[in-house]
Amino acid sequence: MLAPALVGVAFLVLPLVGLLLRTPWSSMARILVAADVTQALRLSLWTASVATVVSVLLGVPLAWLLARSQFPGIALLRALVTLPLVLPPVVGGVALLLAFGRKGFVGQYLDQWFGITLPFSTAAVIIAETFVAMPFLIVTVEGALRSADQGYDEAAATLGASRMTVFRRVTLPLIAPSLVAGGVLCWARALGEFGATIAFAGNFPGRTQTMPLAVYLALESDPDAAIALSVVLLVVSVIVLVGLRDRWLRASPFR
Amino acid sequence: MRRTAPAFALIAAAVLALAACGSSSTPAATTGAGASSAPSITGTITVFAASSLKEAFTAIGQQFEAAHPGVKVVFNFAASSDLATQITQGAPADVFASASGKNMTQVTTAGYAAASTPFVKNTMEIAAPPANPFKVTGVADLAKTGIKLALCQPQVPCGSTAAAVFTNAKLTVHPVTLEADVKSVLAKVELGEADAGVVYVTDVRAAGSKVVGIPIADGVNASTTYPIAALTKSTNSAAAQAFVAYVLSAGGSTVLTADGFAKP
Repeated sequence: MLAPALVGVAFLVLPLVGLLLRTPWSSMARILVAADVTQALRLSLWTASVATVVSVLLGVPLAWLLARSQFPGIALLRALVTLPLVLPPVVGGVALLLAFGRKGFVGQYLDQWFGITLPFSTAAVIIAETFVAMPFLIVTVEGALRSADQGYDEAAATLGASRMTVFRRVTLPLIAPSLVAGGVLCWARALGEFGATIAFAGNFPGRTQTMPLAVYLALESDPDAAIALSVVLLVVSVIVLVGLRDRWLRASPFR
Repeated sequence: MRRTAPAFALIAAAVLALAACGSSSTPAATTGAGASSAPSITGTITVFAASSLKEAFTAIGQQFEAAHPGVKVVFNFAASSDLATQITQGAPADVFASASGKNMTQVTTAGYAAASTPFVKNTMEIAAPPANPFKVTGVADLAKTGIKLALCQPQVPCGSTAAAVFTNAKLTVHPVTLEADVKSVLAKVELGEADAGVVYVTDVRAAGSKVVGIPIADGVNASTTYPIAALTKSTNSAAAQAFVAYVLSAGGSTVLTADGFAKP
């Protein structure tokens, strides 16, 4: 029982050790201030943040709909909107290209009517990241809405609060910790997005080359740079995990 | 549930053990009959080859397997720069066919191949969607504003060779994407997302009617020479040597020439 568990631990931890052992610490600073690296880092932080904001604006109402309403087909709807959780991201990227690409069934009208073409743009990166990351937020917030006590909502409603006021002043504060947790998860997933991005948005420094793309492509020409970039993403992930853990521990009123 | 946990761990351990065994098992070492002019070879060989060789090498692999029953050829097609990195990181490969001398040198200087032999040459061509929406007629059109141009990224042979074309033509281009390998460039063109891409002559031919090819004038075109080598860390060097010999033979060069490759 203990031996396989230790194999499991080794399997998960050894690659990270390998990364840290090969990290070119002495040239780390030089690599990280290189123009293309700061460009990729800035683009990643910006696009992941915008994708998170979009996910909150669209995902919270959707989570509310899934948690609080009853209509035929809601199970199917839930399955559809959370599909990107399990879908290979590169498949998502191909699907986005076929829907929103210049020849896509939606994209061709964007091009014809508004002259907008999404592929190869920063907007495409944000769309790809939102597509894969929003379900993380939806699932987290929906769970919180389900477990939140609806008695408070009803009490507020009987006191004359409008639906919007109830949501804004009662429901939202109740689920705030989960919203933050879901938002952070969503942001972290968006930051790490690779497959959908390279398929839908392509790769161009400063415009669509995010950190994960830079890591992958640098591995061919400059492995040290790829390792250094990986360490940066690892550090970000650890910070997210630590922050999230703290949030979760404080979030539950039952502990 | 109690019982499933160790089962999962066991499966994980088994997967690890399998992974450690690697893929290219079956050592060659066919003894006895090997003295004659055609040594009998068996087992599997893994050939790492440039993306642009995909069609030609797949056909050559089938012919080679037919000529040597008992030998299986497995291919890994990717950007040569990617493959060179994989080989020097210890990926189990028996043969490396690179789209540029630079990536082969990376492998030979690291001691993974003794010597390489140039076997084909490839030149560049412009690929556009069949309708040619941007009405591209030559290299000069690729520098126009508003064109959605897809190129390989500069560290990949198709990217550096395309860059040489633009240097020869004294043009500055503004690509919308720098793809990881030549087939990705072709895919963006086939899907109609890019107005044009610079790929190899052989890729345009392999794509058939899915793209139109616009030739690049001889005066500005650039080429890259492909070297091939059997790798020193091969666990089946007899079969690896035989495969390289087959690619260099009349049979191999017939397939390569038919796909549009030129003699080195």
